[in-house]
Amino acid sequence: MSSSVLYDAPGPKARMRNRIYSVIGTAAIIGLAVVVVMRLADRGHFESEVWNTFNYSNVRETIRDGILTTLKVFALAGVLSLVLGVLLAVARASDHRPVRWLATGFIELFRAIPLLITIYALWVLFLTYKGDLGAIGENNGFWALVLGLAVYNGAVQAEVLRAGFNAVPRGQVEAAYALGLRKSQVMTMLLLPQAVRSMLPTIISQLVVTLKDTSLGYIITYSELLYAGRQLANTTLVNGQYIYVPVIMVVGTIYVAMCLALSALATWIEKRGRRTKTGIAVAAAAEPAEAPGVLDPAAVPAPAAAAGETGDAPLAAPAREAEGPKAAEGPKGPEGDTGEPRGDSDGPVGKSN
Amino acid sequence: MRIAVRTGAGAPCPTTAAHEDIPVNVLLDHLAEFREGFIGTVWLTVASSVLALLLGVVLAGFRVSPVPPLRFFGAAWVTLFRNTPLTLLFLTIWFAVPQVFDFGFDPWTKALIVLSVYTSSFVCEAVRSGINTVPLGQAEAARSIGMTFFQTLGSIVLPQAVRTVLPPLSSIFIALTKNSAIAGAFSVTELFGWQKVLSDQGFAIAWLFLWVALGYLVITFTISGLFRLLERSLEVAR
Repeated sequence: MSSSVLYDAPGPKARMRNRIYSVIGTAAIIGLAVVVVMRLADRGHFESEVWNTFNYSNVRETIRDGILTTLKVFALAGVLSLVLGVLLAVARASDHRPVRWLATGFIELFRAIPLLITIYALWVLFLTYKGDLGAIGENNGFWALVLGLAVYNGAVQAEVLRAGFNAVPRGQVEAAYALGLRKSQVMTMLLLPQAVRSMLPTIISQLVVTLKDTSLGYIITYSELLYAGRQLANTTLVNGQYIYVPVIMVVGTIYVAMCLALSALATWIEKRGRRTKTGIAVAAAAEPAEAPGVLDPAAVPAPAAAAGETGDAPLAAPAREAEGPKAAEGPKGPEGDTGEPRGDSDGPVGKSN
Repeated sequence: MRIAVRTGAGAPCPTTAAHEDIPVNVLLDHLAEFREGFIGTVWLTVASSVLALLLGVVLAGFRVSPVPPLRFFGAAWVTLFRNTPLTLLFLTIWFAVPQVFDFGFDPWTKALIVLSVYTSSFVCEAVRSGINTVPLGQAEAARSIGMTFFQTLGSIVLPQAVRTVLPPLSSIFIALTKNSAIAGAFSVTELFGWQKVLSDQGFAIAWLFLWVALGYLVITFTISGLFRLLERSLEVAR
């Protein structure tokens, strides 16, 4: 529904009123910003001496190294989580019950546990067996962060891919078996490529979550961007106070810029996918860990992602109606995070026996 | 809930070895602290859920309102807080916000504020996409019988949006439960704090991990169960 339906095109009186509200609203927001800036300026956080510290090469190098470390953790954790996600998703669609159960148990366990708990447990584990682990023991903070991120996000990516498998029409799988393709061929030539293509925006959005969560390295004192910034602020005394405020501003801007760039990529791919007429629908660029509706195959064409765009609603209502009988087949609610094995957990492949 | 945790704890560790050697009964020996941490997590989750829900609905109202600065404010809020790591927000309220305000907060209140503000941006987006799924004719009909913006939103659109908003809200609150673990690292009493303190005392991390995971599982399953009940009671035949 376009939000403009909620109110009429304003007449002269309403236009006047809206203008007054606008002025008051703008004044309030600007006033708040001014008060914050004034207070910070009063405490000397905008003094040139304070900001001049960012001109020193060692400060710049600290921040650069922090960014590089964060990106290194993100790259490795992202790749590992995608590999693990594919493995788990394939295992969860397996014909063999023990494999399926193991994968399901792994996915549900690690999705339900806070990432911080996993990372901390891995870190303590690596610290305890430091001598026996070689390279991992040496770099315990790095590997705890990377493996923790990979395990948690791998479990989420597996669920995303499973939603992608479910979005592939069953007739395609049946046709493939009728042509004599093997299970592995159906998976690698038919299901995976289409699942990846349709879920790409969601996969990238989950990578944004991975990038944001690299900042948990702060808590296990691994010097990625946030911890490096904290150490920098902690050791730099200018005009009698530590430079926490400027460092938080700089580091925050860097994080927001990195995440926005990646989110923009996801949205761009989603828009691009919507333009094409062929293939299965491209999923929303929403973060599956926070909004599980995107993992529900029935919800893929739902207008959640297109929110704000006009003219989507008339399409959405009949689409939901059409989904009715399909949803009644199995007990798959729009719930994504319940840990309940769904009715269709055999997956499309299991259907072919 | 607590009883379930207790009996679950007794079952797999019947050995009564001294906890210095084989600390399998670490939970039984530190049950009081565990209970404190568990209640801490539940309390923090509940309080910040309520605050995040209120903030999120108000922000969603801002985002569909006829007043441009409010729409801009809502959009800026959502973009900013969805793209900032939660740990950075914790650092901000611990080190930067006290520079603006003269009065301080205790760690629990700070954690409450951070978690609610962060979660409210996700709630706002969920509510807004819920508003977008209400059929267009509903708002048109409300407008044509002369309802104002607030009446249309408050008595026609939002009540119908509730049904579509519930499933995403359920997982937003589950994510909030998990995010509250970060508060434990900032000296708020909750389950991660329990794990950290006991692991610093040298107890085996595997067992601590298991018990803390179980605690979180109990909370998240309760949330998804509650939401399923709510969904069922709000279900209507179409």
